[in-house]
Amino acid sequence: MFSFCTDPQSLEGTQWLACYLTTGKHLAFYRSFGTVLLLLAVTAPVALLFGFLAAMAARARLAPLRWLGKGYMAVVRGVPDIAFFLFFVIALDQAIEWIRHKILCPDWQGPVYQGNDFVVCPAAKMPLSSAPQWVHDAYSFSLAVFTFAIVFGAFAGNVLFGAMRAVPRAQMETAEAYGMSRRQAFWRILVPQMWVYALPGLGNLWMILIKATPLLFLLGIRDIVYYAKELGGMKTQAFAYPHPDWRLWYFLALLVFYLAFTKVSQIALDRLMKRLTRGQATLGGQSGGAMS
Amino acid sequence: MKKILLATAALAFSASFAIGGETIRMGTEGAYPPYNFINDAGEVDGFERELGDELCKRANLTCTWVTNDWDSIIPNLVSGNYDTIIAGMSITPERDEVIDFTQPYLPPDPSAYMALSKDVDVKNGVIAAQTGTIQANYVAQSGATVVEFATADETVAAVKNGEADAVLADKSYLAPIVAESNGEFVFVGDDVAIGGGVGMGLRESDTELKEKFNAAISSMKEDGSLRKLTKKWFGEDANSF
Repeated sequence: MFSFCTDPQSLEGTQWLACYLTTGKHLAFYRSFGTVLLLLAVTAPVALLFGFLAAMAARARLAPLRWLGKGYMAVVRGVPDIAFFLFFVIALDQAIEWIRHKILCPDWQGPVYQGNDFVVCPAAKMPLSSAPQWVHDAYSFSLAVFTFAIVFGAFAGNVLFGAMRAVPRAQMETAEAYGMSRRQAFWRILVPQMWVYALPGLGNLWMILIKATPLLFLLGIRDIVYYAKELGGMKTQAFAYPHPDWRLWYFLALLVFYLAFTKVSQIALDRLMKRLTRGQATLGGQSGGAMS
Repeated sequence: MKKILLATAALAFSASFAIGGETIRMGTEGAYPPYNFINDAGEVDGFERELGDELCKRANLTCTWVTNDWDSIIPNLVSGNYDTIIAGMSITPERDEVIDFTQPYLPPDPSAYMALSKDVDVKNGVIAAQTGTIQANYVAQSGATVVEFATADETVAAVKNGEADAVLADKSYLAPIVAESNGEFVFVGDDVAIGGGVGMGLRESDTELKEKFNAAISSMKEDGSLRKLTKKWFGEDANSF
């Protein structure tokens, strides 16, 4: 990075530190904060969408649809996140490759499962073995986003389902009295009003989602926890910048990052709550303050 | 049963490389210097990086490097996330049941106990070892209490923190740590001879790839380049082919 970094052995003090903190690996560490933020930025809306669909399904008049919505929420909420992550990502990955295998290689003779091995034809690999590393990274990242969205969608669905039921019955009756159809009443009366009831629960979920991002590490994605562990570990002379075990400091940095991030989120959520409840007949709206 | 195995092997043999110019993904741990580690530029480095690149060159393969946790390095090989394991993995009968190995590229390397003082009782004490290694197995059978960690680095940290009395690991991994600790760490007790040499792991169905790497390893053994590479990374006294 800096011109004086060519010979790390001869450096001392702040120069050493400046060079050390700007190695390729450290730059990758800083970039991985972006990975975490990107995950949150993509996962949160997708999970909310899943949750909304689940809540709608759970309220449907058609029984199978209702079972689907309620079943999804019950199953995913009941399985530990880590177990779900480990199972679902492998299963999803193999399912995708298996389907591609069936479509792309109809003439393939060998079985897909050979003893312990899961073997699909090279053209069915997802992504292809010859694809550059960033494609592999993007693929596993998408799998992670999808899995996060399914898990958090189930929780969001439950929150939204409760929030929809919390909208006063009189509001819906009035809508019907005005001649609105069920669909109109849902979109024009229920949905705009339910957010205020959903927000505390969704805010909670957002906090939990932030804290759950280290699960990325579990899926083999190089997130901030991976780099903190990797950079903090003791380094022998085989490395350009040998140092003792510094994991404590790296994890402290992560702690500060997460605390700051959740604090900022809390402030934003409080403001949003204030806005949503303005003039409404809720505790927050009446007192003019945020619901705590 | 044998016939079926032979038939599937023949099938895999004829079909798996029908598409030419395939890229081989080399799976390694990236946390076991000097065997393999992530260097300061963020790339896989170490003895096995140089060895793997040379083997690929000799076998005319295009190779890319992938890192994976030690814990799940075998499951992710058999499920096809990468095509080889080249991660200082000792050839053992238990592993051989699940995956296949090439011929060894490193002879059996003794394991050693490392502790903070000479008078630690390695037979009855608390010994740290990395999960799923031959050392963890050995400690469990030796009568000592084994505490397992996901990475080798954490086993050393455990000894430093006093969480464990000693750590059992490949001597070639511990040697630089002892040498650079200014006397803080010492080797304790006798070396332990476990493991049957280090080889590359492959899926059992990948017989053709295995033969290619076997041939490349043989050629490196014959022209002495493997010995040179071993000495470069493990020192002049290291056992080598």
